Amino acid sequence: MAKKFLLKLLVVLAALTLIAVGCGNDDDAAPAPAPTQAPTEAPALEPTEAPEPEPTEAPMDDGVIAAFVFVGPVGDAGWTWAHNEGRRFAESQTGATTHFAEDIPEDGPDFRNIVVDFIENEDADVIFATSFGYMDAMEELAGEYPDVVFEHASGYKMNEDNFGNFFGRMYQPRYLSGMAAGALTEANQIGYVAAFAIPEVLRGINAFTLGAQRVNPDVEVHVTWTLTWFDPAVEGDSAAALLEAGADVIAMHQDSTAPGLAAQDAGARWVSYNSDMSAFAPDAFITAPVWNWGPYYARIIDAVASGTYAPGAYWGGMDDGIVALAPLAADVPADVAAEIDEVAAQLIDGSWDVFTGEIRDQDGNVVVAAGETMEDGPMLGMEFFVEGVVGSATG
Amino acid sequence: MSEEALVGLFVATVQFGTLVFLAALGELIAERAGVLNLGVEGMMTMGAVSGFMVGLETGSAWAAFIAAAAVGALVGGLHALVSVVLGADQVVSGLALTIGGLGLAAYVGRNVVGERPETKFTDLGIVGLADIPWFGDIFFNQPPVVYVAVLLGLAVWFVLTRTRWGLALRAVGESAPTTDAVGHSVMALRSGAVMVGGAFAGAGGAFLSLYMAPGWTEGMVAGRGWIAVALVIFGAWRPGRLALGALLFGFTLALQPRLQSFDIELLGVDVSSISPALLGILPFVLTVLVLVIISWRYRHRPSVAPAALGLPYRREER
Repeated sequence: MAKKFLLKLLVVLAALTLIAVGCGNDDDAAPAPAPTQAPTEAPALEPTEAPEPEPTEAPMDDGVIAAFVFVGPVGDAGWTWAHNEGRRFAESQTGATTHFAEDIPEDGPDFRNIVVDFIENEDADVIFATSFGYMDAMEELAGEYPDVVFEHASGYKMNEDNFGNFFGRMYQPRYLSGMAAGALTEANQIGYVAAFAIPEVLRGINAFTLGAQRVNPDVEVHVTWTLTWFDPAVEGDSAAALLEAGADVIAMHQDSTAPGLAAQDAGARWVSYNSDMSAFAPDAFITAPVWNWGPYYARIIDAVASGTYAPGAYWGGMDDGIVALAPLAADVPADVAAEIDEVAAQLIDGSWDVFTGEIRDQDGNVVVAAGETMEDGPMLGMEFFVEGVVGSATG
Repeated sequence: MSEEALVGLFVATVQFGTLVFLAALGELIAERAGVLNLGVEGMMTMGAVSGFMVGLETGSAWAAFIAAAAVGALVGGLHALVSVVLGADQVVSGLALTIGGLGLAAYVGRNVVGERPETKFTDLGIVGLADIPWFGDIFFNQPPVVYVAVLLGLAVWFVLTRTRWGLALRAVGESAPTTDAVGHSVMALRSGAVMVGGAFAGAGGAFLSLYMAPGWTEGMVAGRGWIAVALVIFGAWRPGRLALGALLFGFTLALQPRLQSFDIELLGVDVSSISPALLGILPFVLTVLVLVIISWRYRHRPSVAPAALGLPYRREER
C-alpha cells in the first residue's frame, strides 16, 4: 500500500537525518567561537600522580591514532569546545592522528557503535570519551578490546590494564574566580545559577563562596537550581531572577552563555565557566574557571606511543594546568589581582588548598577544623553548603 | 521579597507565555482545520536556528523574525504535503517532522553554534502606558514580539469566528466530505492552515533565539513545542482560553527559578525550601488538573475537539 510505504519512507528519512547529523565528521573546520585560552597558553607540564611517560620532546609522528567522542557540539563554547581544543592541542603536540564524533547521546547504541567504528575501521589505539554517561559502555568496550586504551572524563570506573578515568580540580580556579567576584560586587550579593545538586557542583559553589569571602567577608552567594546542563532560556531566566532579587554578579555551572547575556542586559557582572566567554558579554565578563585538557591528552597519547600506559584515576589541579583561570577583567582591583596570583601560586606549589579549615557549613557546624585540609574522599562526596551560601544544598 | 522580584516574576510569566502561545496558536489553526501536527518542536527549532542565522547575516531582528516564520511555514508545508496531500498518518508524519526538524536544525546551524548574536529584540515601552506602576513593566514594557503575539491572537480569533474563511476552516475540521461537497478545496484549506501554523511556530522559535536566550545551540527549544501541543487541548481549541493557559504555563515556568529566592511562607512552609525538582513538574501537574476539570465540566456534552481531527481525507475513500 502506498500509505504504508510512505510511512516507512518517512521513518527511514528521519533516521537518516539523525545519523547524518549524529556522526559528524572528522574535519578540523569547526569554528572556535571564543578566541581565548589558546592551547599555547598551556602551562609547562609537571606531571604528577597520573600515569606518566617521560614528557620528552614531542615525537613528530608516533603513529598513534586517537579518537574522541563528545556529548555536545564542538561549537558549544563550553564543555565540548574545551575538549576539542584539547584534542587539537594534543594532535599538534604529539603528531598523532585524531578523529572525533560530536553530539553522541549518552544513552542508546550510538556511543558504542561509533567507538567500534573508530576501532575497527580507523584503527584507533586510544579512545577518549568526555561525558559521565559513557562510563558503563566504556567499561564493557575496554573488556572487549584489550589492545585499545580507554580514557573516560568525569567518571570513576577503571580497570588494571586499559581503562582509566580523568578529571580536574575545578574548585581551585573557582575559588580564584570567587575572589574576583567578591571584589566587584557592590550589593554584597552574588547569584549562582547552579545545575544539579551533585558533589561536583556543590564543591564549585563552596569554593567560589570561600574565595569571595576571602576578599569580602560580608558577601552572600544566592543559589538557584535550574536542573539543567543546557537550557539557555531557563538558565538566562534564572540569572534574571537572581538579579531581580538583588544580586549584581552572576556565576554559573551550565554550558550556555545565557546567564552572561542576562547579566549584561541588567548592567551586572558575570563569571562564566568552561571557557573564556568574554566575547559574549564583554561588559559583564569578570573571569572564568576554564578547562585545559590538551596537556593530559598529549601525555596519554605519548604513553600509548611508548607503550608505558598504565590506567589511573587522575584528578589534576592547577599545578598540572588541566584547570586554570581566564584573564581577569581590567577593573578587578590591582591588590585583589595580586592576591589572586599569590593564591594561584600556592595552589600550584601545593602549599595550600581551598578546603582548608576552619570551614563551617550553613548551620554553623565546623566541617573542616582549623589548620586541617579536606581529603579527596570527602571532597568528592561533598553534600553541604558553606556558611554564606543562601539556598538548599539538596536542590 | 522585593517589589522588583515580584514584577520580574510577572514579566517573565508574560515572556514564557508568549513563547508557548505563539506556537500553540499555530497548532490551534492547524487542528481547527482537522490536522494534528506533532511537529511543533521541530518547526520551532528550525525557526530558532534560521532566525538566529538570518539575524547574524542581516543584523535585523525583524528580518530574522520574518525569515523564521517563513522557514516554519516551509517545514509545516512538508507536513501538509505528507499528511494532507498524500494522506499519510498525521501522528507519524508529525513525529517525523519533530525528529527530522531537530536533526536538520543541528546540521544547518552547526557552524553558528555558540556564536555571538549580531542582533536581538529589545524591550519596547509603549508611550504613556509603560510608566504605569507594576502593570507598565509587566504588560507595556516588553519586547515587540509580545505585542505581535497579542495582535495575532486577536486576528486568529476574528478570522476563525467572524469571516467566511474561518467558517470554511472550522468546517473542514469538523467534516471534510461536507466541506468538499460545498465546494471548498479541502487540500488548500488544510495545507494553508498547517503552513500558517508552521509560521507561528517558527516565529515562536525565533522569539527564543532572538530574545529569551539570544544565540543558537541544539536542543534550545527544550520541549516547549510539546507544551504548545498540550496547550491547545488545555485551551479547548479557542484562542482566548489558549492565551489564558499560556499565561498560566508561563507563570509556572517563571516560578521555578524565582520561588527558590522568595522569602515568604505559605501555609507554614517556607517556599524557598520547596525542591526545584518538584516545582519543575508544576506545569505538567497543572495540565493533568485542568484536563480533569475540563472533561468533568463537559462530561454531558459532545467533545470540544474538532470532529475530523487527525482524519486524513481522500475523496474516493468515503
